[in-house]
Amino acid sequence: MSIPIDLLLNAIVAGLLLGGFYAAVTVGVSISFGMLDVVNIAHPAFIILGSYIAYIINATFGIDPILAALIVLPAFYVLGQAVYQIFYWSFEKRGEEALRGLAFFFGLLFITEVMLILVFGVDYRYVHALYIGPTWRIGFIDLPLRMLVPCVVSILLVVALQMFLSRTFVGRAIMAVAQDQQALRLLSVDPIRIKRIAFGVSIATAALAGAFLIIIQPVEPSIGREYIGRIFAICVLGGMGSLPGTVIAAVLLGIIESLTATFYGPSWAPAVAFGFLLVTLAVRPAGILGR
Amino acid sequence: MRAATFVFIALVVGAIVFALSLLARNEYVLFAGFVVLQYIVLATAWNILGGYCGYVNFGTAAFFAMGAYSTVALHKLGANPGRYLAGTFAEALIPLFPLSIPVLVVIGGLVSGLVGFGMGYLTLRLRGVFFAIATLALAVVLQTLIINWDFVGGSRGAYVIRPDSIALGPVSLSYIEYLYLVMLSLAVLALCVARQIERSRLGFGFATIRDDELAAEASGVPTLRLKLIATALSGALMGMAGAPLPYYIGYVEPAAAFGLPYAVNSIAMPMIGGTTSWVGPLIGAILLGTLQQIATVTISSVVNLLIVGVLLVAFVIIAPKGIVGLLQDRWRARLQP
Repeated sequence: MSIPIDLLLNAIVAGLLLGGFYAAVTVGVSISFGMLDVVNIAHPAFIILGSYIAYIINATFGIDPILAALIVLPAFYVLGQAVYQIFYWSFEKRGEEALRGLAFFFGLLFITEVMLILVFGVDYRYVHALYIGPTWRIGFIDLPLRMLVPCVVSILLVVALQMFLSRTFVGRAIMAVAQDQQALRLLSVDPIRIKRIAFGVSIATAALAGAFLIIIQPVEPSIGREYIGRIFAICVLGGMGSLPGTVIAAVLLGIIESLTATFYGPSWAPAVAFGFLLVTLAVRPAGILGR
Repeated sequence: MRAATFVFIALVVGAIVFALSLLARNEYVLFAGFVVLQYIVLATAWNILGGYCGYVNFGTAAFFAMGAYSTVALHKLGANPGRYLAGTFAEALIPLFPLSIPVLVVIGGLVSGLVGFGMGYLTLRLRGVFFAIATLALAVVLQTLIINWDFVGGSRGAYVIRPDSIALGPVSLSYIEYLYLVMLSLAVLALCVARQIERSRLGFGFATIRDDELAAEASGVPTLRLKLIATALSGALMGMAGAPLPYYIGYVEPAAAFGLPYAVNSIAMPMIGGTTSWVGPLIGAILLGTLQQIATVTISSVVNLLIVGVLLVAFVIIAPKGIVGLLQDRWRARLQP
């Protein structure tokens, strides 16, 4: 079978753009699951919540969805802190996070989805912005702005987070809490406070990821489930909590999914992420840049 | 209580329930009862892995749907075997069709049990949480496979036409009565299996995994083998519960068979009832199942899902030991003056 070279290149470029978006979707879980060991399977629900908030603000005030996400960022940060505090009091403190903590997040995922269905129904919602629609063409390569803008902002987000984690005191404390809570206590830093901040940051990224999602495709409440497999596949393959690893894994998955969709049909794409996850778990559970 | 006594009592209770349901002379009781019984099987099956071993399975819907779709596939195959199978092999199979529901239940159980075993083998060697995440993704992937598989109807779904009545020896039962009986037997079977596990070496092995897997491994408990047994057994029971579904609803489509309510309910019911013994899932399933049947009729089906979600979160936070745990605490308090 000979593959037309322009189709192949376009599929790869589309995959790169998709990968950039996936990095934004996953970076929150890389912090919560990878660094804090909090298995937040409700993360996709927060992303969808972000999508709907971007949609409301966009529909009412006509504000750009990404700007809207930046406006509600602090609210998501506080929401994340609150969720972590409940999680800590109810499960982590009692050492019950394995079974009941998972059930708790699963319940959150489910409640958010059902609430969104009750309020908005199951219709697809979409946003308006200047960059949704036009496409740049470089040679025979298409660069739809609808994909390019989220990808660029998403890379900026990851770079900013990486700077925060490696340059500031709180950021370094977050990295440290993953390794040794006791040592952090000796520095008279409260590990719970650090974890609360980190979880807040993790949920705050979901607001932006949600805005990207609704720019890229129309959104309905149950769409988040498709992202669970992807998010955790990328997080594990990226090496659990390594942001550069997360970006590499996200781009890899984006390209593989894009190639699958181009050459086998889009209805197979959801299965790719899972295959990816299983192969990763079976072959290299430490991930690409894992410790 | 000896195992044989328990099985005997369970059978007697099952027979009484069946007789009472028939006496109601109301088909709705049977239709609603079927769903509650189905949840008893699912909740008990989930609890074998989740409650006894401490491994969370979010993919109940996937195992359940595997059972349902193996029935659909065999039903289609049985309708026209010569078309799909060649030569003498087909001729040998033709007299076997149509397969009776108990046979389909066994096949559905085998298929789902195998899926559970495979999943477990790939993910259970790692940290437990990876297994949970993998089961979460499993539902999405199996659904993708079914949507792309035209033989069982793809995303359009498939119709399964059920006969009006069936003769069991001298008695003739209407089909819904028959399905109800099948599901009731499955519920009795699941409860007997769960109770038997609790009191056997297997159950003690499971409990060591739940309490401290590392210590168990160090003292020579074959943890991986036990976990695989639990996954396969739990998956098989879920598949068995799913096998009669096509005959019950008459029309199967992927979004319904893989519906999130199955996954949420099978987690919420044991959590609310209590995960440490077979009584918990039973109580949880009867309470939540009945509540949902009432709420679906009186309020709406979306609101009743919301109730389940809120109850699940409330119980894991406030009453981690479930209803059974609350009752036990009260009894203990009364015994100690």
